[in-house]
Amino acid sequence: MSGHANEHATSLLRFVTCGSVDDGKSTLIGKLLLDTNSVYEDQLAALARDSKQFGTQGDALDPALLVDGLAAERAQGITIDVAYRYFATPERKFIVIDSPGHEQYTRNMVTGASNADLAVVLIDARKGVLQQTRRHCHVIALLGVESLVLAVNKMDLVDFDQAVFAKIDADFRSFAASLALTDCVSIPLSAFHGDNVCHASDAMAWYSGPTLLAHLHSVKAGERELGDQPLRFSVQWVNRPNAAFRGYSGRVLAGSLRVGDAVTVLPSRRETTVKQIVTWGDDSIEVATTGRSVTVVLSDEIDVGRGDLIVARNAPAQVADQFEADIVWMSDTPLVAGRGYLMKVGARTVSATLSEPKFRRNVDTFEQIAAKTLALNDIGVCVVTTAQPIAFDPYVEQHDTGSFIIIDRSTNETVAAGMIRFALRRSQNVHWQTLTVNRAARSSALGQTPRVLWLTGLSGAGKSTIANLVEKRLHAMGRHTYLLDGDNVRHGLCHDLGFTEADRVENIRRVSEVAKLMVDAGLIVIASFISPYAAERQMVREKFATDEFVEIFVDASLELAESRDPKGLYKKARRGELRNFTGIDAPYEAPVSPELRIDTANIDAVAAAEQIIEFLDRAG
Amino acid sequence: MDRNCFDHSKRLTDSRRFELAAACFRRIQQTYVPWSRTRDSSPKRRALPSARFYVLRCAHVLSRGTNPYACGASEAARSVQNSAMSLARDLPLHLQRLEDESIDIFREAVSECERPVLLYSIGKDSSVLLRLAQKAFYPSPLPFPLLHVDTTWKFREMIAFRAKIAAQPGIEMLVHRNPDALAAGINPFDHGSSRHTDEWKTQGLRQALNLHGFDCAFGGARRDEEASRAKERVFSHRTTAHQWEPRLQRPELWRLVNARKHAGESFRVFPLSNWTELDIWQYILHQQIEIVPLYFAAPRPVVRRDGIWIMVDDDRMRLEPKETPGIRRVRFRTLGCYPLSGAVESSATTVADIVEEVRASRQSERQGRAIDKDTAFSMERKKREGYF
Repeated sequence: MSGHANEHATSLLRFVTCGSVDDGKSTLIGKLLLDTNSVYEDQLAALARDSKQFGTQGDALDPALLVDGLAAERAQGITIDVAYRYFATPERKFIVIDSPGHEQYTRNMVTGASNADLAVVLIDARKGVLQQTRRHCHVIALLGVESLVLAVNKMDLVDFDQAVFAKIDADFRSFAASLALTDCVSIPLSAFHGDNVCHASDAMAWYSGPTLLAHLHSVKAGERELGDQPLRFSVQWVNRPNAAFRGYSGRVLAGSLRVGDAVTVLPSRRETTVKQIVTWGDDSIEVATTGRSVTVVLSDEIDVGRGDLIVARNAPAQVADQFEADIVWMSDTPLVAGRGYLMKVGARTVSATLSEPKFRRNVDTFEQIAAKTLALNDIGVCVVTTAQPIAFDPYVEQHDTGSFIIIDRSTNETVAAGMIRFALRRSQNVHWQTLTVNRAARSSALGQTPRVLWLTGLSGAGKSTIANLVEKRLHAMGRHTYLLDGDNVRHGLCHDLGFTEADRVENIRRVSEVAKLMVDAGLIVIASFISPYAAERQMVREKFATDEFVEIFVDASLELAESRDPKGLYKKARRGELRNFTGIDAPYEAPVSPELRIDTANIDAVAAAEQIIEFLDRAG
Repeated sequence: MDRNCFDHSKRLTDSRRFELAAACFRRIQQTYVPWSRTRDSSPKRRALPSARFYVLRCAHVLSRGTNPYACGASEAARSVQNSAMSLARDLPLHLQRLEDESIDIFREAVSECERPVLLYSIGKDSSVLLRLAQKAFYPSPLPFPLLHVDTTWKFREMIAFRAKIAAQPGIEMLVHRNPDALAAGINPFDHGSSRHTDEWKTQGLRQALNLHGFDCAFGGARRDEEASRAKERVFSHRTTAHQWEPRLQRPELWRLVNARKHAGESFRVFPLSNWTELDIWQYILHQQIEIVPLYFAAPRPVVRRDGIWIMVDDDRMRLEPKETPGIRRVRFRTLGCYPLSGAVESSATTVADIVEEVRASRQSERQGRAIDKDTAFSMERKKREGYF
């Protein structure tokens, strides 16, 4: 059983490779695979065939072709997405995260680095430390990758000259020190010929350090010594096979989980102890170490759900709803400050808004630049505000509880990656004042169910006319109402706002806060706003209780609305005198499932108002 | 203990013995009910059968033949004892990491999607996938059914194995055969491997997913299988037409999964993305996971075609003139439709033998697959069309 002893020692190291096509990155990875015997004979035969067809090395094997996957990129000769490769030695399994080096692909570099224990930055010995090298190192430092290898490639093209390497090494070290990257090693190599990749180079006898593979073996693998940190257990799934068992399935993100541990559940701050740790095949393990996926049973019957964090009671994570965070923008559609996005942190998804960036970073120098927004591949710092408080650690302390992604509500695209720097004091110090006379009391005094009737639709669809009629009817019925009209609020509450996407978002945010206060006061609020973006309407909806928000789609086709044109605005817009006019040069995202849709092509305003009153009667 | 365990034990083949040993092991697990309700309705644990109990039972079966999980027959009992006691405890670190990660993926997908399903292909990867799924939700039963997209051309031993898995408690096995392909009599001989695979597998899978409204399908694909898979996401987005659009794939950062989708869209989820063929075999060895006996070398009737051994599994196999099946000692590295699956000559009769063989092998496991060779980028094209 000696084979088993070896297997038990096997560890896992994930490393990201950064560099441009010209630096020979694909060649280096291909060489690592070839020299560790990770390439099968039939794949070698295919490589020989491909080398003749696509290769850049004449009839010789081109290791780069082993790792350039998709047909599209072979044709273009560049790598366009993050790819994963695998090789193993008896001591260690390696996952190579191959990240493209083109400058427009900061996104991919961040994605690759987010899961790496180590980074290999490639440079061409003939070119030395370039702007691109600095950019890669900035990202590596930002993402907190612990170890870095500078692979000085193509030494064969500088005659394996020690002086060339020494200069590059010195340049690089002074730069790396400025980024507080301490665990750095430079290795001179030739990926194509294999010098110092897996085998020590005869041509560079002056180099006494390890080969790349030897270094990859010696680096401490993964886990970043998280075992010494306080417990962080992320609850993914409530495990309830029957009434007698209630466990919480999740993963130990840091520290260790031990039976009897005093723990706190965040964000609810309820305290309990660990009663039992369950895994398949062993129903009562004593301890689950960092990285383990297990199921935990707690001593007390407390409310715990997906997304909660179980933490060490003596060293809990923080809880807040406003943070300063590093943001990497990953979408072609730029950031809209104030828009309602979704934020996924751990297993929890919450609504969140991002402020205008405090600054953007120059990706080459990392200097701070003033910015109004963040576009694809931009890196900046924003204030993030969540709809509910979340549990977190600063990213520098704990990656898995300090990282998040931002998701666009309408496209479901992952638009940004974020790293929490710190919570803003005001979110922890400003507490909600609980009022004695509450909404229920006010609502019952008025004898009505408070609601917001949100009329959305194109300009000229008839929103204002219908809203007026509805208010008149309700008033006549003895109801307490208030009408918020798009045009009117722009004279006061929102007079400082224009019609850009960002200003429209802020306009709706303010109106929704006012409507919320009025609903709190017990009123029936009729809000008449174009409100063209689905994301903002959703954000408004989430501010209210279920049934409190009634979305009414006043549906008129663009042709119909334009033919009515009561204020002559469409004509102006067509003449180019009005910019960002909804329906002409700004989009209108029609509601998919409104509570009520009014077809204004077939009924008039009076009938429409009647429809709304009927809806309210039915709703009670 | 089920009597069937010992039926026909007088004339056992190695593979049959292995099946029985595995079945016994499984039954021991099944008879253990972890939670029971007592009158005061407080949870009470029943004791896990001791490792000794397990070893006695297994050794009883194994003494009759070779243990496929041991290094040699003489070491069988000791090895089972070691394995039984180390089961789920001392996994090699890299396998423990891979297991934890796969379980994490299962739990995220089940939490974020409405109607998941596990695409069960009967092969070794599916066996590992199933075990990981059971681990992810234990002590709850699997929160999703298994789906096998059948082509009517699978090996008979695969179908028998599927029936055994389906008979396990807590397993719901759905089988779908494309009715159009059935009516048209699509087969690899008349229609070629490309059309055969498209009609039975690609179209069949789409039909089954649409029929049941599944919005998340777990698959056992690994990134190391083929170059075009190296960039596949763990959570792979599919359009309403089940197509893979590079543009719609999302970056996968840290452990954060974005599985949000519009109505009709779905995800293919690959919990084994970071596993290699060797990892799979080491895990099967360590965890004593039951696999189809076709993976073990045995004398089988085969013919040589295009440089690979094809097994004559039933009388539907069309032989070329002058072609006569001969008996060779072969095994399969991957399983599919029998006329399209190439066997390799091998003497590996235990999982440990296979681990050694894979470690030393100079041929990739896909060499025996006819479908890869159609065109240079055939897998990539098939993926875009919705094939796994």
